[in-house]
Amino acid sequence: MKSVYMDHSATTPVDARVFEAMIPYLTSEFGNPSSIHSKGQKARQAVETGREQIAALINADPREIIFTSGGTEADNQAIITYALNNSQKGKHLITSAIEHHAVLDSFHYLQGLGFDVTFLPVNAQGMVEAETLAKAIRPDTILVSVMHANNEIGTIQPIEELAAISHEAGAVFHTDAVQTIGKIPIDVRKMGIDMLSASSHKLHGPKGIGCLYVKKGVRIKNLFHGGGQESRLRAGTENVPGIVGFGKAAEIAGQEMHKRAEHLNRLGQRLREGIVNSIPNTIVTGHPEMRVPGSVSVCFEFVEGESILLMLDSYGIMASSGSACTSGALEPSHVLLAIGLPHEIAHGSLRLTLGKDNTQEDVDYVLEVLPRIIANLRHMSPLAGRGGSQ
Amino acid sequence: MYSKKVMDHFMNPRNIGELPDANGCGEVGNPVCGDIMRIEIKVEDDIIQDIKFKTFGCAAAIATSSMVTELVKGKTLAEAQQITNRTVAEALDGLPPIKMHCSNLAADALHEAIKDYIKKHRP
Repeated sequence: MKSVYMDHSATTPVDARVFEAMIPYLTSEFGNPSSIHSKGQKARQAVETGREQIAALINADPREIIFTSGGTEADNQAIITYALNNSQKGKHLITSAIEHHAVLDSFHYLQGLGFDVTFLPVNAQGMVEAETLAKAIRPDTILVSVMHANNEIGTIQPIEELAAISHEAGAVFHTDAVQTIGKIPIDVRKMGIDMLSASSHKLHGPKGIGCLYVKKGVRIKNLFHGGGQESRLRAGTENVPGIVGFGKAAEIAGQEMHKRAEHLNRLGQRLREGIVNSIPNTIVTGHPEMRVPGSVSVCFEFVEGESILLMLDSYGIMASSGSACTSGALEPSHVLLAIGLPHEIAHGSLRLTLGKDNTQEDVDYVLEVLPRIIANLRHMSPLAGRGGSQ
Repeated sequence: MYSKKVMDHFMNPRNIGELPDANGCGEVGNPVCGDIMRIEIKVEDDIIQDIKFKTFGCAAAIATSSMVTELVKGKTLAEAQQITNRTVAEALDGLPPIKMHCSNLAADALHEAIKDYIKKHRP
């Protein structure tokens, strides 16, 4: 059976060149970077090369990169330790309603510790408007965290503007860039980003490795205790093969960013337009222009997301949804509700996220199968033909 | 995640549609929860001669709807009233725990349809 993977916002396959680069550090070059002997020093060198490759991708200084186990740990460390370490300056924190749970739940944790957290609403396209932040920010606001782009609907936030507003009020600005690093240009200096979380497996690197960029002078603390690694900010022996893979993936992403974005934008547009033109009662979610390349998110009226995913899977097409059933909760995705969609529409969500290896043939295959699946599910649905125009 | 039987009933649901000559109809759930099941029955001589369903919901919601129609077709009303949501789930070789309460409503829809028939035909 044909196999078409269109869930690259969830994870991506490791690039062959990345895997190649990692192999020696899984086998012969197994040293611990803290060891003084030559194997240890070889590993140390590999870690520092990885750090330089990642720093170069976002225009940071290599000394500003701390390796973590992934985006979730980076978010937790940035938000929780910054707040705890700077609470004498104020106890007000700001984030958006559409953040990943790694961010949202870190803020919920801080609320439990007595911090005052504002969750900014977004507009119908999923964007945090600058004036919304300007109105919410206070003299006692110490930290603002807004994701670079949303994982479900792909909307890119006006980071530069939001960071400027934060700085004016004396707050530090953090962004979760898990969905954008290597896909669209990031310049932490120019954009005014003080802390940034990233993950390797979204850009064709291995799982289990990510990083936190912390601008020089921004004071955070370690989450883990037990060793002096990563300038005492991340205890534990470095994931050397992971770091090598992440570094290589970052390097390749930097070199190929333009080419990949062009390819993804072209396929994404073909897919989105194809869906809208062949399936009535479809709602496109997210921002029409300010979106991550290759991210297509839609809602189909009268049908439910999990059913769509399982039927697509039976045709070898792998995608995701923000419906309640797929979130493992009873509520549909907080992102879809935050952009103002009613529950019954949000239940019919489908997210197709393209990757560099997807082809036009893949897109056309989805466009051949998907309309039949939606028609089939609508045929079963008591809602179709009730209130809508179906 | 789902048993083979659930996937079979989801991919090839039995008795989909509406019954033009139905004499009992039941609907449960709401669009906010993401599950709506509508069951129509044609009862003659206290026997469910025909039954059809329409469901908006996840695979578990569709599979349980399909299964309940298969379980009660040709059965007496008294027999059909014995069917519970648990019976339906067991007939499908079980459902994931989270689906037991949110999407396992097919027997409720059936009972509503029987109630509707009784209300109309046994005043």
